[in-house]
This record gives sequence, structure tokens and C-alpha cells, in this order.
Amino acid sequence: MNSLDEIRRAAFARRKRTNIIALTLSLGAMAFGLVWLFWILWETLRLGLGGMAWATLTQMTPPPNEAGGIANAIYGSFLMVMLATFIGTPIGIMAGIYLAEYDPKSWLAEVTRFVNDILLSAPSIVIGLFIYAVIVARFKSFSGWAGVLALALIVIPVVIRTTENMLQLIPAGLREAAYALGTPKWKVITRITLRAARAGVVTGVLLAVARISGETAPLLFTALNNQFWTSNLNDPMASLPVTIFKFAMSPYENWQQLAWAGVLLITVTVLGLNILARVLTRHKD
Amino acid sequence: MYVSEFHPRQPMENTTPAEAPAAKISVRDLNFYYGKFHALKGINLDIPQNKVTAFIGPSGCGKSTLLRVFNRMFELYPEQRAEGQVLLDGENLLTSKQDVALLRAKVGMVFQKPTPFPMSIYDNIAFGIKLFESLNATDMEERVEWALRKAALWNEVKDKLKQSGSSLSGGQQQRLCIARGIAIKPEVILLDEPCSALDPISTAKIEELITELKDDYTVVIVTHNMQQAARCSDYTAYMYLGDLVEFGSTEQMFFKPTRKETEDYITGRFG
Repeated sequence: MNSLDEIRRAAFARRKRTNIIALTLSLGAMAFGLVWLFWILWETLRLGLGGMAWATLTQMTPPPNEAGGIANAIYGSFLMVMLATFIGTPIGIMAGIYLAEYDPKSWLAEVTRFVNDILLSAPSIVIGLFIYAVIVARFKSFSGWAGVLALALIVIPVVIRTTENMLQLIPAGLREAAYALGTPKWKVITRITLRAARAGVVTGVLLAVARISGETAPLLFTALNNQFWTSNLNDPMASLPVTIFKFAMSPYENWQQLAWAGVLLITVTVLGLNILARVLTRHKD
Repeated sequence: MYVSEFHPRQPMENTTPAEAPAAKISVRDLNFYYGKFHALKGINLDIPQNKVTAFIGPSGCGKSTLLRVFNRMFELYPEQRAEGQVLLDGENLLTSKQDVALLRAKVGMVFQKPTPFPMSIYDNIAFGIKLFESLNATDMEERVEWALRKAALWNEVKDKLKQSGSSLSGGQQQRLCIARGIAIKPEVILLDEPCSALDPISTAKIEELITELKDDYTVVIVTHNMQQAARCSDYTAYMYLGDLVEFGSTEQMFFKPTRKETEDYITGRFG
């Protein structure tokens, strides 16, 4: 008809073609990522379920080619991760509160934020070596406490960052409304803003827990490993990641099988924590 | 609407209505700065007790700024400062001797956006009361009910007091915020564009409420809505670029403004 109509039709056809190409590429990229993810999950399940038995959860790590389990490693991981979270969470939340609620533009806050970002992206092996140099080498012994400290150092920056971000998302109006009633600052923070941000803060803690449950490097130089069940944090202590590392690299078949069982256990735990974190953020007010 | 006799006056800046009853808040030579920006310029104003006073004017004229001086809200932001005097019952509230928490207990504020706290409807009201009083369970329940009735919200929420405050509609949330302010028994209630985020029905409810509140409280309302100022205020102050252009009874301001600028703004020729 007229040329404007033709130009529009041509433009539309071109847009449609571009759309198909872009959509295909995006879907391809997504499929590529998912294939590896599901392959990992599949292999973990296939090989992990083979090594999973009641004995795996109840017996100690065995010598090569003897029956046994990874109970001491599970317990060691649980104990160290829990203690590291207990130490790291309050410090992280309090520092996050300082950054978000007290003078967020001061030079101290800027420096803290910068250092925290470095700590957040520091390779965990660096943190392991640091604790090795400061604690293990000084006291001349690997210990559970050293492992706890190394893990806590990984928890703190994650919790600081999420706490600060979540508190910053709280609208200024809510804060002002609380102050307008004559609420003292500490109560505004603990009862109103932190409460409004709690789903996000808890999510941050859960993600930190998920992260340290799989960390190997910081424990390799600190808690090392232990063949036996121990609750004494002054002794070297077994953990799942280090046990997996040791057993998976070994030539012994029963060790390899236990390593896969450990991998499955960590994967399921981390998956569960991530799902829990998602559920919590979805249900926030 | 409050009806008063019209007294012709000389046009002058920063005036006080001749027929005004006792002043609850008196502003004297108030200057306000956002950093270097001079936002309020030598304001003098008497806000009458147990009346509704409306601040009108175009955006950025300083009306919200002035409101936020009355409860020292501006002090949350270190770059903001006020110079001059604001007298509440004759006492300067801008001195360091004045305890900010006690001031805010006397001078309540409701904001533009409803701000329910992240807790139940009941706790939203009880929260403020607990800051200043320790009531037993029965007294607390009575006070919460009293505040919710006063804010015309009781009948809508009495069966769901345990539900989250944010589960209410926007208009209900705003009345919850008013109830929360009333619950701590203030003397002055500041309303900063309380209806601008609400639908007309909720707005009508809040306006009705404002008219009732003046029996017990001194009410100051900032509004962009000229009809709202005309409907529910007794006195109106017109502000422009940090100056108080004219202040008088709402009747006089809307029907016989003494200043040309006021007339232009009110009749819509400007702003």
C-alpha cells in the first residue's frame, strides 16, 4: 500500500527473526548450564546412595579396605559449622547494624565496608593459612577451635553484607514512624527495622552456613582430620569436606564409596538450606 | 467547618489571625537549612489549640519541612538544622534541654505512606504505649480498644487483632497509624499528606476523623489537596519558596485572601 506500512512490516519481520535467534541462544545457554547441574546431581545420587547405609552414619572412618562409616566426620562438621555460625552471626549482624543504622557515610563505615568486601571475596585457602599461621603454628597443634575460627571468619563477612543490605531495603518511612513515637534508637533497630528485615537476615545466615558446610581449604590447615570420634575442640577434628578430600583421592574402593556418601550428604544439606532460605524470603511481610 | 467572622487586616507577612484562640505552638523567627539550602525563611506563626491548621503551597515550599520541625524529626539527618524558636505551650522545643522522646510523645506524627510496624495489629498500638507506660494486661487492652475506636477502626479489626498490621488495606493501615499515634495520648497530631496514597472513600473517612480529633487535640495537616484544606481545616497557612505568605482562618483564606499570591494559588492560576 504505502511505503510506511511496508517499512513497518519489514521491521516487524526483522524483530521477529531477532527474537527467535536471541531466544534460541538463551535457551541453549540455560540448557547447557542445567545439563551439568543435573549431571552432577545424578552422579552424586548414583554414587552416593551406593555408599549410604546405616553403618555410614553410625561408624567411625575405617582404615583402608575395612568396613566403617563417616559418623565422626559428620559430627565434626556439624559441631564446627554450628559453633562458627554461633560466633560469626552476632558479630556479623552487629557490624551490619552499625553500617546500615549508625552513620553509614562515616569514614569508619566506608573502610569497614571496603575491608569486608575484600574478606568476602578472599579465597578460603588464604583464611585457612592465616589461622594456621596465627593459631596452629603458635600452639603447635591442629585443633577443632582453629577450624571453628577459620569458618567463623568466612561467616562474618557474608552476614555483615546481607544484614546491611536487608536493613537498607527497609523504607526510611518505617524508621521515621518509629522515631516519631519517641522510640529510642536501640529499640527502633531491635524491634522495628531488624524485625522487618529478619527474613532476609536469616536467609543470609543460612547461606553462610551452606557455604561453610562445604569448605575444605580452611579446615585442611586448621582442624586437619581425626580418625576417631571426638568432642574435644582442642584436638584435631574430622570434617566431611576434609574426609571427602582424603578418601576420594585414595586408591581404596571403600574409602571412595564413603567419600561419595559424604558428598551426597553435603549436597542434600546445602540444597535443603537453600530451599529453606528461599521459602523464608518469599514469606516475608 | 469552623466559621469565624472575617476581620479585614492589613496584608503583611507572617501574620497571626486576630480571632485566634490560645496558641498551642508558636513559631518565632524560624530558619531552616538543608546543608546550605535555606528552606524556611524567618517563619512566624501561631498554631491555635484544639483547631485544625492546614499548610498548603506548591511542592518544595517548605510545608513538610516546617511540620518536621515540630517533633524534631529533622534531627535524624545530620545535614539538616533549624534556627530560631518553636514554643510548645510557651517552652522552646528546639533547645537541648528538651528531651526528644518526651517531645515526640506529646507531638505525634502520621506520614504520607502508611507505615504499619512488622507486628500484629494489637502490638502496633501497644508498642508505643509500652514505651512510656507500664499498663497491666486489662488496662492495655482497654487502651488499645480506645485508640482503635478513636481512629474509627475498631469495628473493622476487633476480630483480627492478632493479624499482621500489613494485612490491612491502605486506608485501614493509615487509620492504624493514627490510632498508634493517639494511643500514647499526645497533645498535638501532625499529619503529613495523610491521604495522598489513599482512595477517595478512605480519604473521606480520614477527613471525618480529623474533624473529630480536634476536640481533644491540636491538629496540623500538610496537604496538596486544596479541597481537603477547605473541608477539614479551621486555619490555613499558604507557603511559597520557604516563606509564609499568608495565614488566616480557612474561610477568609479561601474566600477573601488578602494577598494576590494566595488568591492565585487557591484559584488555580498558579501552582
